[in-house]
Amino acid sequence: MRRSLTKQTRVQLYLPIADIPVNVFLILAMGAAVGFVSGMFGIGGGFLMTPLLIFVGIAPAVAVASVASHIAASSFSGALSYWRRRAIDPLLAAVLLIGGSMGTALGVWTFTLLRALGQLDLMIATSYVILLTTVGGLMFWEGLRALLRARSGGPVTLRRPGSHVWIPGLPLKMLFKRSKIYLSVIPVVVIGLMIGFIGAVMGIGGGFILVPLLIYVLRVPTSTVIGTSMVLTLVTMVFATMLHAITNHLVDAVLALILMIGGVTGAQFGARAGQKIRGEHLRLLLGLLVLAVGVRFAVELVLRPEDLFTIRQTGVAG
Amino acid sequence: MSARIIPMLGWLALAAALLATPAQAEKLIVSVSNHRVTVTPNYSGEELVLFGSVEKDANTPANRTYDLVVTVAGPRADMVTRRKERKFGIWINTDSRQFLKVPTYLALFSNRPFDAIASAEVQRRQQLGLNNVLLTQRVSGDYADVVPDDIFRSAFVRLRRQHGLYREETSAVTFLTPTLFRTGIPLPAEVPIGLYNVEIKLFADGALVTKTDTAFEIVKVGFEQFVATTAQQNGFVYGLITAAMALMTGWMASIVFRKD
Repeated sequence: MRRSLTKQTRVQLYLPIADIPVNVFLILAMGAAVGFVSGMFGIGGGFLMTPLLIFVGIAPAVAVASVASHIAASSFSGALSYWRRRAIDPLLAAVLLIGGSMGTALGVWTFTLLRALGQLDLMIATSYVILLTTVGGLMFWEGLRALLRARSGGPVTLRRPGSHVWIPGLPLKMLFKRSKIYLSVIPVVVIGLMIGFIGAVMGIGGGFILVPLLIYVLRVPTSTVIGTSMVLTLVTMVFATMLHAITNHLVDAVLALILMIGGVTGAQFGARAGQKIRGEHLRLLLGLLVLAVGVRFAVELVLRPEDLFTIRQTGVAG
Repeated sequence: MSARIIPMLGWLALAAALLATPAQAEKLIVSVSNHRVTVTPNYSGEELVLFGSVEKDANTPANRTYDLVVTVAGPRADMVTRRKERKFGIWINTDSRQFLKVPTYLALFSNRPFDAIASAEVQRRQQLGLNNVLLTQRVSGDYADVVPDDIFRSAFVRLRRQHGLYREETSAVTFLTPTLFRTGIPLPAEVPIGLYNVEIKLFADGALVTKTDTAFEIVKVGFEQFVATTAQQNGFVYGLITAAMALMTGWMASIVFRKD
């Protein structure tokens, strides 16, 4: 009896910023699972990790702030292994980052404005629903069609949806050598800006939107798309960590470290698994995952909540 | 001359003291088992014990039976209670009520139900029970507590109770002898850090006889304390270290798992 009690307390660890004790193995496992998914699809996984942490009982603000550094760690380890395989387009990443940093600044400003107006929670929940269900639905549909085409014996090549006549016509063209594409920097900067903005407002890396945008709109080949998107995620999440640490003081370094260790381990296996799965299967799976999270948020908004009341601490007074 | 003034002053002081605290026949002597609860990496809640005794003197009526109410109040904070309502098919927060400087932890323990200890009037005046504790709200620009069955107030108390942060137990205080008592103070893992005030009120025949208070604090020490203060005071350095830690972890993982 006594022994089992001490054993149980051993795996508990007190988080200094979140101010609650957590089960170390549970957090490690969550980090590893999300890391696996992020390595496999080349996304940050913030849209999975943040809700999971909140579910375990960590305050939403602390969860969002700490997840940023976890995503930075997993995307850095992912980016390094893609870099060694020469699967990153540095020029494309740099141009995306120009837009990304502008978008992040704009997003942080909007975030503050929305919070002052109230209803920020609702805004975040609805944008999660809209974004995740649309993007997830589109990806799932596209993956399914590609799969059916392959099964019926047709050509597996993507029917590159919508020929985007306006993109090749834009000025400021540039050759992105590694990706073997020649296109205007304008759509690249705009996409970076969008991702930076969405990421800052919703507290996610945005990789799951960036990857399909790069594939379908810019036609970046699959060989460089994931590595390049990881570089953008890495830089924005390092910035986000710094911003959260300076403004809100809510980054829990202990929580982040446990998540990171689980996350980077999972990401390595995920990246390997991802290489073995065919592209269209990968897109189908990712679409399904994103759609599922979106639907879960939608259900939460539509169903009558178990408790209509919530309490939130607004400030400590001595 | 002066030798006669001094004892006179002494009598005056005593008279003043007697007037200020009229006819206190009993005295409470209490102590908590630990005045400083330290939060360490394996902290997962604790239970303190409060014990004490009722000291009688010559004025005390014989065979008096006592009732005891212990109130433990944690650090105070402002909180908001929100209510969701269905609008345009989705559930959103509509109405909210602000609670000002309310205890983050609140426990009320007694040896028997409050109704048996004192009249409703005394219960209200002495704030016995969660229904009678003052929880200041901001109601349209005004600051006041409301009736106990106000839906925001009762939702607030109910939610706090669900987390074990508000408690009311009317059988938690035990009298070991007619004058010696003890009670446990359970502190769940998520209790906030800070100073906790413990107020002990002694009742006899439905009236307050005497009261006393003590306190304990919950503090972070060592590594936890270091991390928390650094995050608060040196946000920039803390952010840099966390970001560097993230990059290091990522880099190490890519070396450890390197295959090619």
